[in-house]
Amino acid sequence: MLKDITLGQFFPGDTVVHRLDPRTKLILVVVYIIALFQASGWVSYAAVTAATAACMALSHIKPGNIFKGLKPMLFIIVLTALLNIFYTDGTPVIPGWIITWQGIARAVQMILRIILLITGTFLLTYTTSPIALTDGLDILFGPLKKIKVPVHEMTIMMSMALRFIPTLIEETDKIMSAQKARGADFETGSLISRAKALLPILVPLFVSAFRRADELAVAMESRCYHGGEGRTRMKRLRMAGIDYAALIIGAAFLAAMIVMKKFGI
Amino acid sequence: MSEIKVEQLRHVYSAGTPFEKVAIDGINLTIPHGQLVGIIGHTGSGKSTFIQHLNALLAPSSGKVLCAGKDINENKISRRDVKGQVGLVFQYPEYQLFEETVYKDIAFGPANMKLSPEEIDSRVREAANFVGLDEELFERSPLELSGGQKRRIAIAGVIAMRPGVLVLDEPTAGLDPAGCRQVLDNICAYREKTGATVIIVSHSMDDVAKIAERILVFDRGGIVMDGTPSEVFSHPEELISIGLDVPKATELAMALRKRGVKLPESIYSHEQLLSAIVSLREGQKC
Repeated sequence: MLKDITLGQFFPGDTVVHRLDPRTKLILVVVYIIALFQASGWVSYAAVTAATAACMALSHIKPGNIFKGLKPMLFIIVLTALLNIFYTDGTPVIPGWIITWQGIARAVQMILRIILLITGTFLLTYTTSPIALTDGLDILFGPLKKIKVPVHEMTIMMSMALRFIPTLIEETDKIMSAQKARGADFETGSLISRAKALLPILVPLFVSAFRRADELAVAMESRCYHGGEGRTRMKRLRMAGIDYAALIIGAAFLAAMIVMKKFGI
Repeated sequence: MSEIKVEQLRHVYSAGTPFEKVAIDGINLTIPHGQLVGIIGHTGSGKSTFIQHLNALLAPSSGKVLCAGKDINENKISRRDVKGQVGLVFQYPEYQLFEETVYKDIAFGPANMKLSPEEIDSRVREAANFVGLDEELFERSPLELSGGQKRRIAIAGVIAMRPGVLVLDEPTAGLDPAGCRQVLDNICAYREKTGATVIIVSHSMDDVAKIAERILVFDRGGIVMDGTPSEVFSHPEELISIGLDVPKATELAMALRKRGVKLPESIYSHEQLLSAIVSLREGQKC
C-alpha cells in the first residue's frame, strides 16, 4: 500500500518533450504558469487548455496518469469551486438565490486554473528524470552562487532525497511487518494509542536513515567528492535547435496571452 | 501442539496490475510439532514469501495455512493470535530495535499479548537467558551494543512471546563465525527446552546440514525437494543446477568420487566424510 505513492515520478520515453533540455522545460514551465495567470476570459482559457493538451499529446502522457496525480488535490479543487460559487456577486441564477451566473463562471475558471497548473508541472516531472531536473536547476540557478547561495548543495540534496524515497518506503514496509510479527497493532485503538503505535516504526526508521546518510557521506568522500567546485559532468547539457524553437514558441504564447488580457477575452 | 499444515498455497503480488508476479504456487506441506526444518533456495525462490504466510503477515491469494488444525486466516482474531503461536524473526532483525532499554525491547512482544507484568518479567528473563544475554545489559540502550548482541536481543524479543513455532529468516547472515555458532546454539537450546518447532531459512548449507532434521528446497515458487539432509544432499548435482551450494564436505566427496574414490552418496558433514574415508582405508588393508 505504501508503494502506491507517486512522488517525482518519471515515465521514460523518447518524444520531443522528453528530448528537450531540462533547462528549457524548467523555463517553459515558469512561462506557462505566468501565461496561465494572464488568462481572464473564455478565449484565453481555451488557448491555455489547447496548449496544455497539445503538450500532453506530444509527450505521450496518458490523461489517466494526470488524473491520478490530481486526486490528492480534489479537496482543494472542490473547496475553491464552492467558495467561488457562493461568494461572487452578480445576477442570480434564479431570482433570490445566492448562486449567481458570474459565480458559476468564476468557479469553472478557478477549477480550470488549478487543474492546468498541476497538469503543467506534472508534464515536467513525468518527462524529465530527477537527475536531469536537478542538473538543470543547478545550472539555471548557477548565477546565484555569486551571492553565496549554496545552489549545488541544494540540488544534490534534492536528487539524493528523491533517490532515497523508494528505499525508505521499502524499509518502512519491512519494519512494519517485523513489528506486526511481534504483535504490534497499527489499525485498532484510539487515535492516541495509534499514534503511540507508530513509535516502533519511526525509531528504527530514523536510526537506519541516519546510518544510511552516514554511509553515503563516507562513500562520497572516499570517491573524492568535495562539493560543486570544479566538478564536471558525465552528461553535459546542450541546448539544441528544438530547445530554441520551444523557447520562441513559449515566448510567443506568453505574448499572445498578455495581448488577450489587454482585450479582456 | 502446533502442527503446521499448508494446503495448495499460492500468493500473487500486485494481482491485476502490469507488475503481477506469482511468488509461490501450489505448496502442500505438513510440519509436525517439534521438527527442525531448514529451508534453502536462492534469492527470489519464494522462501521469504512463504514464511510470512506462516503467521498471517501475508494472506494467501488462494489456499490455506492451518496451525494446530485451525485456519489462521479465518478472521481478525485468529490472525492476531497466530502471531503469538508462530514467532517470526526477520532478516537482520537488529534493525527493528527501538526501545530505550534492552529490557523494554524484549518485553514489547509479550506486552502486546496483554500479559500480566509478572508474566512479562519472567518471560523477558527467560528469553534473555536462552540467547545468553547478561541481565547487566537490561538497562543499556540496545542501539549501543555490538551487532551480535543486537541480533540476539532481537531474537529474544520474539522468543519472549514463547512461540510454539519459531521461524527465522537468515538468522546468521552478516555475523562472524563465533556469532553464527552462538545464534545457532541459542536456537537449538530454545528448541530443546521447549520442544518448539523451528524453521530456519538459510543460505549457509553447512549450517542447515549441521542442525536440520528435514530440508525443504525452494525453486521458482515451489518446493522441489523435501527430505532429510542425507536424502537432499545425495543429489548435489540437482542442487547445483538450481543455483545452490552444497556443504563443503559434500563438495569434497563429489570431487573425490570423480577421481575414482568409492565414497557413498549421502555425505554432508565432516564427520561422515572422515569416517567414510577411514573405513575405505581399513577396507583396503584387509
